[in-house]
Amino acid sequence: MHAEPAELTSPALLEARDLSKRFGPVHALSGVNFTLRHAEIHALMGENGAGKSTLIKCLTGVHRPDSGSTLLRGRAIAPASPRDAEREGIATVFQEVNLIPHLSIAENICLGREPTHLRRIRWRAVRQRARAALQRLGLSIDVRRELDSCSIAVQQLVAIARALDIDARVLILDEPTSSLDRSEVVNLFTIMRRLRDQGLGILFVTHFLDQVYAIADRITVLRDGRFVAEHSVADLPRQKLVGLMVGRELDLAAAAPAHAAIQPSSTPLLEARAIARHGCVEHADLSIHAGQTLGLAGLLGSGRTETARLLFGADRLERGQLLVDGQPVRFRAPRHAIRRRIALTPENRKDHGIIPSLSVRENIELALRARGRARLSPAASRLLADHYIRILSIRTPSADTPVSSLSGGNQQKVLVARWLATQPRLLILDEPTRGVDVAAKAEIIREIEHLRRQGMAILFISSELEEVVRVSQRVVVLRDRRTVAQLSGAQITEQAVLGAIADSA
Amino acid sequence: MKHLAGSILSTLASVRWALLAFALLLIFNMVFTPGFFDLQVRDGRLYGTPVDILNHGSKVAIVAVGMTLVIATAGVDLSVGALVAIAGAVAATLLADRGAPWYVAIASALIVATLFGLWNGALIAFLRLQPIVATLILMVAGRGVAQLITGGSITTYEDPRMTWFGNGSLFGLPVPVTLLALVALACAVATRRTPLGLFIESVGDNQPASRLAGVPDRAVRLCVYAFSGLCAGMAGIIECSYIKAADANNAGQLLELDAILAVVIGGTSLMGGRFLLVGSIVGALLMQTLTKTLYMQDVSSDIAPAPKAAVVILVCLLQSPVVRERLVRMRQSRREAP
Repeated sequence: MHAEPAELTSPALLEARDLSKRFGPVHALSGVNFTLRHAEIHALMGENGAGKSTLIKCLTGVHRPDSGSTLLRGRAIAPASPRDAEREGIATVFQEVNLIPHLSIAENICLGREPTHLRRIRWRAVRQRARAALQRLGLSIDVRRELDSCSIAVQQLVAIARALDIDARVLILDEPTSSLDRSEVVNLFTIMRRLRDQGLGILFVTHFLDQVYAIADRITVLRDGRFVAEHSVADLPRQKLVGLMVGRELDLAAAAPAHAAIQPSSTPLLEARAIARHGCVEHADLSIHAGQTLGLAGLLGSGRTETARLLFGADRLERGQLLVDGQPVRFRAPRHAIRRRIALTPENRKDHGIIPSLSVRENIELALRARGRARLSPAASRLLADHYIRILSIRTPSADTPVSSLSGGNQQKVLVARWLATQPRLLILDEPTRGVDVAAKAEIIREIEHLRRQGMAILFISSELEEVVRVSQRVVVLRDRRTVAQLSGAQITEQAVLGAIADSA
Repeated sequence: MKHLAGSILSTLASVRWALLAFALLLIFNMVFTPGFFDLQVRDGRLYGTPVDILNHGSKVAIVAVGMTLVIATAGVDLSVGALVAIAGAVAATLLADRGAPWYVAIASALIVATLFGLWNGALIAFLRLQPIVATLILMVAGRGVAQLITGGSITTYEDPRMTWFGNGSLFGLPVPVTLLALVALACAVATRRTPLGLFIESVGDNQPASRLAGVPDRAVRLCVYAFSGLCAGMAGIIECSYIKAADANNAGQLLELDAILAVVIGGTSLMGGRFLLVGSIVGALLMQTLTKTLYMQDVSSDIAPAPKAAVVILVCLLQSPVVRERLVRMRQSRREAP
């Protein structure tokens, strides 16, 4: 291990020693060591399937490790549930928001530890405490609002507020920033620094390299369920970090921008004219041509996902018109759009994407079967699944493994495979790289470029502006649920897109 | 061929806990219930306790097959007992009061039951009522409908072709056994040789995601409730045939609960998703064997539900992954102790 003098100055707060965990045939963790110190922000890095989530779940009592030990301030602990861990002072905000959608914000923050008087809940105190917890995050929202009515970003912040509400010594944040926009991330970092200066140890998982270098003090790298290295941020340049994560040297500059000027065919494959739906999209115009990647840019809540859902028939259009190959169409359900060979991988993979208890194979063939044209023999179905597992390098023990046991990035690949199997003409990718590690991101972007060259039309939605700029031939900018600008060719730069987003806002 | 053998083996493996309980129960009977396995052949037909169990168990199993698909879509059908009464009432009334031919009576009963199933499905798929509420409506109202049809009395009929379904024999076994085999086979082919089974499981496991993948989720829901209605209709005809009459009050009484129990014992989760047809059939036969065992052991029918419940809990515990993990852990620690 990389013993450094710095370790002696700050005593260990939370320590994992030789932790191992298996799920059936999958070794999620094998003999992992990890040390979190007082008053530090420690980034846990690794590719999808490296074991980051499993390690966190073992530390917080979601899973029981098969072997190894966990020490909190030198004392062995074995939390049997997240609540147990909370009692020890380990607070966690998981990647997927785990709150109760139909309760109010205040109830969610205080759930399970409501202030009571004579066994009755003191609602006024509950609200006050919730307000105080949110104020620490610099948020002032009505705490009586139902959580479900808030955006994912606010829900995430509520989850963090809930974690802060207990007297935590360790705060674990599993990809807290993946749903936040820039100002919210800055806000969160301010709070994280303040908490660190109060002596908290913060374990931070993210896929954004910039953020690691902006906030973390130390980095632990995992790969394939094994401990790879621990360094202080200053000692670990980016190239080296990425190299450690993927296990080989990676040339970040290799992926060249694809701004070849292309002549669009005269009729767009899909055209949306002034489409609208109350509370989702106010006014969106866009057209997508075969062989083109159209980027959809905008801040969180600008209506990107909502626009994609309208194009796919997932929500009903209220005003405006959709045309496929110049012909007006009405999609009353996604399967009508699928019949026109449009495909969509949703932003929310867990709730709207995978069918968790079905196998990888069944998840891949679902859309193809649902379109009803193909008659798949069992042999053909196995071939199909194996084919996509190979070309998208999906990491799974077998095609018959339940998809829920795969890591997030591999689940995303399964969803892409599901749609590629239907050979779509237009593929809508809503945040395909969210929660996915750098190497897989590069793979996905390469795949998008490959599909586009074959003549597929791509609608690419991402919060990462740099990605949008890199892959798109044209970019449509949304602000406050309206399209406000269209850029093409050489006009597409991060500055120009940012300008359009910020313009007069 | 190899593939087929493999899939049979894996099916048996997934219902092993229900089979284990079944085997234990049969061993118990072999030792403690004299004459349990006595079989006689009269007029080319088998008689004996196991045959009785098969006969009555088949009726529950037919309903359980329909219930399995409903539960796989994360729903439940509480109306099957009432539909049994309605189907019986339709058939018996047509035979007795209208003098309709037997096939018209049967077809009408099946159609009526299927339509009521569609009604359940429409409430759930289109009006988005919760399945338990939607089918509760018919569970409560259905017996009233059956009373309306029979005019409030027990309607008896005399048509040997109709009574054959409950009392006749085919291939040396009671007719309901053959009916069950047909229903189970048709259902297995429809769900495993076509994508329908995949759709049912995906809708039950994650409805919004299934819709986004293009699965016709409403049609799937309509389909499973209509099929459950049809299965209840068949059970209604069998029951009406047993007693040569339609008894709107008592026909199919509590059958919905027996069917749900059979499905759960068979290893299909009430949360929806994966389903096991064979498991449900084993579950139904297990429940029937248990009922018969208690009866033959002179357990009063008033307290019989208690031992029944004990067996249900046992099978459910055996299936629970938490309990199994604990057992494994206990065994390991005992091995490590000395």
